[in-house]
Amino acid sequence: MGLKIFKRYGASWLCILPLALVIVPFFLLPMLVVGAASFLQGDGFGGIIASPTLANYADLFTSKLTFDLYFQTIKFTVLTWAFSLLLGFFIAYFLVFHVRNQLLAIGLFLLCTVPFWTSNIIRMISWIPLLGKEGLINQAAMGIGLTHQPMEFLLFSSFAVVVAYVHQLTIFMIVPIFNSMARIDKRVVEAALDAGASRFDIMRLIIVPMSKSGIALGSIFVVSIVMGDFFVIKVMSGGGSASVVGAFYEDISVLQYPPAAASAVVLTFVVMGLVAAILRTVDIRKEIAP
Amino acid sequence: MARVRGDIELAGVCKTYDGEVMAVEGINLKIPDGAYCCLLGPSGCGKTTILRMIAGHEDPTDGEIVIGGENVVGLPPVARRTAMMFQSYALFPHLSVRDNIAFALRVRGQSKAERYAAVDRLMEKVRLTELADRLPAQLSGGQQQRVALARAAITEPRVLLLDEPLSALDEQLRIQMRQELRRMQQELGITFVHVTHTQLEAIALADVVVVMEKGKIRQAGPARDVYAYPRDRYVAEFLGGQNVLSGRVQSVDGDSIVVASPQLHGIEVPLRKGLVPEPGGDVDFAVRRDEVALVRPGASGPPPHGAAISSRVVAVEYQGSFVKVMLDTVPGREFVAYVPERRFFDDPLAIGDVVLATWPSQSARLLD
Repeated sequence: MGLKIFKRYGASWLCILPLALVIVPFFLLPMLVVGAASFLQGDGFGGIIASPTLANYADLFTSKLTFDLYFQTIKFTVLTWAFSLLLGFFIAYFLVFHVRNQLLAIGLFLLCTVPFWTSNIIRMISWIPLLGKEGLINQAAMGIGLTHQPMEFLLFSSFAVVVAYVHQLTIFMIVPIFNSMARIDKRVVEAALDAGASRFDIMRLIIVPMSKSGIALGSIFVVSIVMGDFFVIKVMSGGGSASVVGAFYEDISVLQYPPAAASAVVLTFVVMGLVAAILRTVDIRKEIAP
Repeated sequence: MARVRGDIELAGVCKTYDGEVMAVEGINLKIPDGAYCCLLGPSGCGKTTILRMIAGHEDPTDGEIVIGGENVVGLPPVARRTAMMFQSYALFPHLSVRDNIAFALRVRGQSKAERYAAVDRLMEKVRLTELADRLPAQLSGGQQQRVALARAAITEPRVLLLDEPLSALDEQLRIQMRQELRRMQQELGITFVHVTHTQLEAIALADVVVVMEKGKIRQAGPARDVYAYPRDRYVAEFLGGQNVLSGRVQSVDGDSIVVASPQLHGIEVPLRKGLVPEPGGDVDFAVRRDEVALVRPGASGPPPHGAAISSRVVAVEYQGSFVKVMLDTVPGREFVAYVPERRFFDDPLAIGDVVLATWPSQSARLLD
């Protein structure tokens, strides 16, 4: 019987084997270890005592801090998602429908990726001389007499966090949306024009629905990255805002592994829930295998 | 409301791309109201460009496009009251059949109830009711075509423009849908302009056939005129059904000329109004394939005032109602006789047989 099953599914198993060899030891096993650690006790010195407990979860769910952290993180996620979607959609729209020359469109598309030739951290830090109290924007604003005092909200603020995130993540919106828009048959747009649709109607009734899967893919990238990040919030808010990951990073730095593990497990489920919600709105398989 | 006229007039219409490539060169054409017009030509001859300029998806570089007495150059498609049916239909893939057809009404701001009522009436007429909730991907080619037609017709346009409407269908369906197009045109009573590269499609459907080559009109007229009385060599060869021969004018006398070449000996060709070939000049002439009769040498002499050329049978193709016999009359060029099936099988010819290809002189036609 085993042989029969192998005959039937052997080729498929062979196909997924290389991926499984990476995923199982480097993703699945660590996740299981974290999951297991979240149900154990710490000894306060970085050790773990093998006695099962639900205390880590109980602490997490009874602390007001947890909900504040999620509120903060989700706030940044939603703001970043909204702005990067807006930018990403219109940049992709411009590239696909307004740049007539395809070579130029591809060139401009590659230009969008130029900032990614430097590291994330440098791209983020380089906002500081621009947004700081003595930074370019404040100096310029004061120079032309717009304000008399430097604008403080520019740096080390929620504003700065969102700016840095949008800058980092818009490309993750552009790429999948560009991809799904590029597949729209131009004749379909022309047919809409022929029926008397305005530019706005075409956008609303044809292009947005037909790029839905690209929007969903981009949203998954942005949401899962912002939800899982702490560094940008930490640096760009100047310590003024906290995040879910930032909090359990603190736990780890004081060797509190089991509570950190519990936070990680909860976050994983929250992000999975968000991704599942996004996937409910589109048939992602259509995008992968048209 | 008085019925709006859908007659089309193109006057000196030109289209160039990047100031260089001439896609359409000075087209003058009149299409009467309610006519079925086919623009016929090989790909790249500018027929689709003309269609798109009538539709308002492209602007002519020069010239006027007049629909119903009004110059429409620069107007958007809606203001022209034209509708286009696109090649491979360009249905909205994310909308159901009903919403596809209702699209034009939706962007005109009609309420859902109002537009669905209109759409349901039309769907009933074109037998689409049971497909109303399907997506385009779930339809067959023929069904997609009916949806595309209904989508174009819902706004009651005065001109319907069809870009290769049948090219996505298989042979059998194509003939069926061809009839449906014609029936639809008669029912709606509006002008249809249909772009195709298939000769049979054009002559089967059209009131006016426009034969094009390289951005120019070679001949325009009723299907029978274009098929049976081609003006020049290009039209004769493109529409088929003709053998095109050439030779040197030996003499001109009265209302006919005598043409000769190494293979042709003193073939008499009637003169055509307005054409005055010089003796010694080269001319082309055409002979309909179904007017060529094949007789065995020595059987009973050529018909009076007729031509007779001795040839060898190269190939025989059975076509059902007739038999296509290919001959080596002129080396390197096709010469074909369509022999009625019954007559052929009274005395079947085999490959290699030598016959006389004959035709009455008055059926030869001098070409430009």
